[in-house]
Amino acid sequence: MRHPAFVTEGLTRVYGEGHAAVHALRGVDLTIPEGELVVLLGPSGSGKSTLLNIIGGLDRATEGSARFRGQELTTMSDAALTRYRRDHVGFVFQFYNLMPSLTARENVELVTEIAANPMDPGEALALVGLGERADHFPAQLSGGEQQRVAIARAVAKQPDVLFCDEPTGALDSKTGRAVLGVLSDVNAELGSTVLMVTHAAATAAMAHRVIHFADGRIREVVENATRLPAEEIEW
Amino acid sequence: MSPLDAKLLRDLWRMKGQVAAIAAVLAVSVMLLVMMRGLVVTLTETRDAYYERYRLAEVFAPVARAPERLVDRLAAIPGVASAQGRVTGRALIDVAGMALPVQAQAVSLPGAGEAALNDIFLTDGRRPAPERAEEILLLESFAEAHGLRPGDSIEATMNGRRHAFRITGLALAPEFIYTTAPGEMVPDAARFGVIWMGRDALAAAYDMRGAFNEALMTLTRDARPEAVLAAADRLLAPWGGRGAYARDDLPSDIFVSEEIDGLRAVSVAVPPIFLAVVAFLTYIVIGRMVQSEREEIGLLKAFGYTGREVAGHYLKFVLVIGALGAALGCVLGIIAGRWTVDIYQQFYKFPFLVFRLDYAAFAIAVIFALLAAATGALFVLRKVFALAPAEAMRPPAPPDYSRASRIGGRAARLLDQPTRMVIRRVTRQPWRMAGAAVGIACGFALSAAMLTVMAGFVRTVDMTFDLTDRSDVSVTFTHAVGARTLHEIARLPGVQRVEGVRHVPVIFRAGRKTHQGALTALPRNPALFRALDARTAPLALPQDGVLLSRTLASILDLSAGDTLTVEVREGAQPVLRLPVAGVAETLLGAPAYMELAALNRALGEPGRVSGAHLMVDEAQAEALFADLESRPAVAGIGRKQAARDSLVEMMNQGVGMQRFVMGGIAFVIAFGIVYNAARIAFAERARDLASLRVLGFTTGEAGFVLLGELAVVTLAAIPLGALMAWYLAHAIAAGFASEIYQIPVVFDPASFGIAALVILGAALFSGWLVRRDLARADLVAALKTRD
Ligand SMILES: Nc1ncnc2c1ncn2[C@@H]1O[C@H](COP(=O)(O)OP(=O)(O)OP(=O)(O)O)[C@@H](O)[C@H]1O
Ligand SMILES: [Mg+2]
Repeated sequence: MRHPAFVTEGLTRVYGEGHAAVHALRGVDLTIPEGELVVLLGPSGSGKSTLLNIIGGLDRATEGSARFRGQELTTMSDAALTRYRRDHVGFVFQFYNLMPSLTARENVELVTEIAANPMDPGEALALVGLGERADHFPAQLSGGEQQRVAIARAVAKQPDVLFCDEPTGALDSKTGRAVLGVLSDVNAELGSTVLMVTHAAATAAMAHRVIHFADGRIREVVENATRLPAEEIEW
Repeated sequence: MSPLDAKLLRDLWRMKGQVAAIAAVLAVSVMLLVMMRGLVVTLTETRDAYYERYRLAEVFAPVARAPERLVDRLAAIPGVASAQGRVTGRALIDVAGMALPVQAQAVSLPGAGEAALNDIFLTDGRRPAPERAEEILLLESFAEAHGLRPGDSIEATMNGRRHAFRITGLALAPEFIYTTAPGEMVPDAARFGVIWMGRDALAAAYDMRGAFNEALMTLTRDARPEAVLAAADRLLAPWGGRGAYARDDLPSDIFVSEEIDGLRAVSVAVPPIFLAVVAFLTYIVIGRMVQSEREEIGLLKAFGYTGREVAGHYLKFVLVIGALGAALGCVLGIIAGRWTVDIYQQFYKFPFLVFRLDYAAFAIAVIFALLAAATGALFVLRKVFALAPAEAMRPPAPPDYSRASRIGGRAARLLDQPTRMVIRRVTRQPWRMAGAAVGIACGFALSAAMLTVMAGFVRTVDMTFDLTDRSDVSVTFTHAVGARTLHEIARLPGVQRVEGVRHVPVIFRAGRKTHQGALTALPRNPALFRALDARTAPLALPQDGVLLSRTLASILDLSAGDTLTVEVREGAQPVLRLPVAGVAETLLGAPAYMELAALNRALGEPGRVSGAHLMVDEAQAEALFADLESRPAVAGIGRKQAARDSLVEMMNQGVGMQRFVMGGIAFVIAFGIVYNAARIAFAERARDLASLRVLGFTTGEAGFVLLGELAVVTLAAIPLGALMAWYLAHAIAAGFASEIYQIPVVFDPASFGIAALVILGAALFSGWLVRRDLARADLVAALKTRD
C-alpha cells in the first residue's frame, strides 16, 4: 500500500512554559495524500505556520507524531531532518527570504547545488516569467518578482513536497494569480505534493483539499469535487 | 562558482574596510614574526658558518708574555684540539683630518695553512709578505671610513714607537664582527681600527720575540670548557695569565649573541598580542555578521544545508582574511627583513649577510594567522550550529534595554536624549565594550611600552655620559704607571683637571658564581668619574671593600655586607677577599669600584694608575692630543663626545626608526579595533540613526549617538593601556637587559603622550570614515532593511 505523504496524530506545539505558555497547536490529526494540492486556511495566530514548520522539518513538535511517507519526523535527529529537507522539501516563505547578496539565478542555484535531481536554474526562472531578470539582485526586483524568484528556487529542485507560507500575501491579484498558476503547474506536472497557507479564501477553489484551522486545531477538512484553474480565481 | 562562494566574495567586498583592517593587524604580526625569525636564522647561520670557515678559536687566553714552547703544553691539555700563540697589542693610528689618533688593535697574522686559527677574510689586495715588516692589512670598514686603499701608507704608534706601514690589503675577521673603541658600545668604523701584520714584525714591535701574549685554542667534541679554562689558567699563571675565556665571552660574540637573543625574545613575545587582537576582531565582526544574517542562515538550513556547511561558509570568510593578512605579512616580513639586514650590515661586519627566510617561521606564521582568525570565529560559529532553522525565520526581538542602567531622574534631566542613548548602549553590552577597550589598550600599551624603553635607552646614554663620566677625554696607559705621569699630564697646556683611574683584570668569585671582569679603582673623592646610587647621587668609595654595580651584584647574587673573592690577573696575581660595601647604579657594563689607594695597597704597587680622566680646554685640545700621543706610555686616547655621538647616531638610525614602526603598529591595531567597532555600531543602528534623522535630528547629532560610545571606549582604553604599558615596559626592558647594558624603566610622559595621540588619531580617523558613510546613508534604504 502506498503511504500518504503526511500523517499527523495529536500533534502539539507549546511555546514557552508556565504562565507565558502559548499553545500554538493543540492536537492536530491530519492525513495528506501524495500528489495533492492542499490549502490551509485560518485566522492569524491559529497555528498554520507552526504546523508547516513542523512537518517541513524546520521545528519540532512538543507532543504527538508526524510521519512523512511512513517515516516518523518528530524523533529524527537534526542531521536526519537536514537530509529530509535537502532531499524532499521545497519552501516558499511568507517574506520571500532571498539572499540579498546573490542574484536571482544564484539564489536558485543555492538550492539546485545540493539537490539530487534539479532543473536548470534558468528554466526555473523562466517558469515564473523571470528568465530575463536572472542576473538582478533582490534589491533590484519588486516584491512580487522577489516572491516569484523564491518560488522558482523552491520548485527548481523538483521537490516531493512544496510548502508555501502565504506565497501571495504581498502580491496584487494579477501577480498572485500568476504565482498560483506556477504552483498548480508544479503540482500537476512534477507531481509534487503542495501545501499552501493563505488568507485568501478564494484560493481554496483550486485545491484538492482545504483544511480550516482555528485556535491550534483543525476545524474542518473539505475535499473539492471540482477545482478551478488558477487563472479563474477571484481575488 | 558555487553561489555561497559568490556570496563570500561579495561579502568580502562589501566589508572591505573591516576586512582590510583585520588583515592589516594580522599582516603586522606575521611581518614581525617572519622578519625576526628570519633575522635570527640569518644571523645565527651566518655567524656559525663564518666562525667555522675561518676557524675562530673557542678559547682565548691572554697572558703578559709566555714563551712559545708553552703552546705545546696548552695543546696537551685534555679537551684541547689545537693551540696557537699570537701577538696582539694596542696601537694608535694617525689619520689625516682627525685630531685624535685612532685607537686600534694590532694582531699577528696566523701562519699560512689549513690549521691557522682566527683566520682573516681578505676583501681587497693581498696578504703581507712574511719578510716585509712594513706590510699590513687593515680592517676594511676602518679603511673605507678614511678612504684608505691598498698601496696607501699610514703611520701608527706601537708600544710608544712610531712605525711607517704600507697597506697591502683589506680584511674582515670573525673575531671582529662587532668592534667598538675600547670601553664603548657602539661601533664607529672611523674610530677603531684593526691592523694585521706578520708575526715577526709585530713581535719585534712589542718585544715578543719567541713569545706570545695570547693563546688561541680549539676544543674537542667532548671537551669540558670550564676544565680547559682552569687548566690553561694554571699553566699560564706564572707568565702573567690574565684569565682564559671562552668564545662566548669574546666581546664581538657577546654583541652578536645578545642581538640574536633579543630578536628571539621579541619574536616570541610580541606576535601573540597581535594574534589575540585579531581573534577578538574576527570575533566581533563574525559575531555581527552571524547576528545580522540569522535569517539567511536559517534559510540555508531550511534548504537542507548542514550546520557544518553553513559554518564552513563563515569560516571560509575569516580564513580568506587570515590568508590575505598572512600573505601580505610574509611579503612585508621579507621586505622588512632585507631592509633590517642592510642596517645590520652597518653595525656587524660579516663578509656576506643575506636575509634568509626561516621557512618554519613562514609556516608557523601562516598557521597562527589562520588559527587566530579562526579562533575568534569559532566562538561565534557555535551559534550557527545552535540556530534552529525555524528560529532563524523570525527577526530577532528588539534588544532589551530595560536592564540597562536606569539613569536617575535628576541625572536624566541633565543629560540630553542622545547622551542617554550612548550611555544605555555602553552599559547594555558591557562585555563587548570591555573587549574593545582591552584591545585598544593592547595597541596603546605596545607602543607606549616600546617608546618608554627607548626613552630609557636615552636615559642610559645621558646617565653614562653626563653623570657617571663627566670628563672630556680618557687616556689609557700601556701599563700601570706611577703618579709622576699624572703630574706631567696635569701640567700640559689645556689640561684643566686630571684624575687617575686603575683598571685591573680580575675574576670575581662568589660561591659557585664567577664573572670575568675588571676592578675600576677611583680616587677617594672623584669629580670626573663617579659611582652613583639609584637616585644618581655620588657614592663614597669605601676605605676597603668594593662597590658592585647592580648588574654584577645580580650576576654574583651578592648584596651589601657579603664577601667575595677577587682573583687579580695582573702583576703578582694576588687573591683578595673583599666585603661588598654597597651597590651602585650603572647602566653600561658590569663594573666593580674600589678606592685607588686601597687597591694599590692590596696589589703592593703604591701610586699606580692605568689611565686617566681629563677635563680639557677645547681650544687647546689639538695640540694636547698631539703631545699625549707622542708619549710612549699612552696607549689610547678617547674622546667622550665622539663616543656619545656614535651612540646617538645609532639610536637615530636603528632605534629611532623603530619609534615610527611602533607608532605605526599601534595605529594599525587601534584603527583595526576602533574602525570595526564603529562599523558594527553603525550597521546595528543604521535603522535607529535613519529614524533619528527622519525625526529631525541632524547628521551631526546622529553621528554623536554613534561615535559617542566609541569615544567612551577609546577614553577608557587609555588609562588601562597605560597600566599595561608600565608592566610591559618592565618586561621588555628585562628581556633586553644584558651584561652590556641595562635599560631603566622610568615613567616618560612623552612616550605615553605620543602613544595616546596615535590611538586618538586612529579613533578619529575611523570615526571620520564612519561618519562620512552616515552622511551618505540612504534614509529610505536604511529604513527598508529589516534589521
Ligand atoms: N517563537 C514563538 N514564541 C512564542 N510564541 C510563538 C512563537 N512562534 C509563534 N508563536 C505563537 O504561536 C501561535 C501560532 O503562530 P503561527 O505563526 O503558527 O500562526 P499563523 O497561523 O501562521 O498566523 P499568521 O497567519 O498570522 O501567520 C501564535 O499565537 C504565535 O504568537
Ligand atoms: Mg503564519
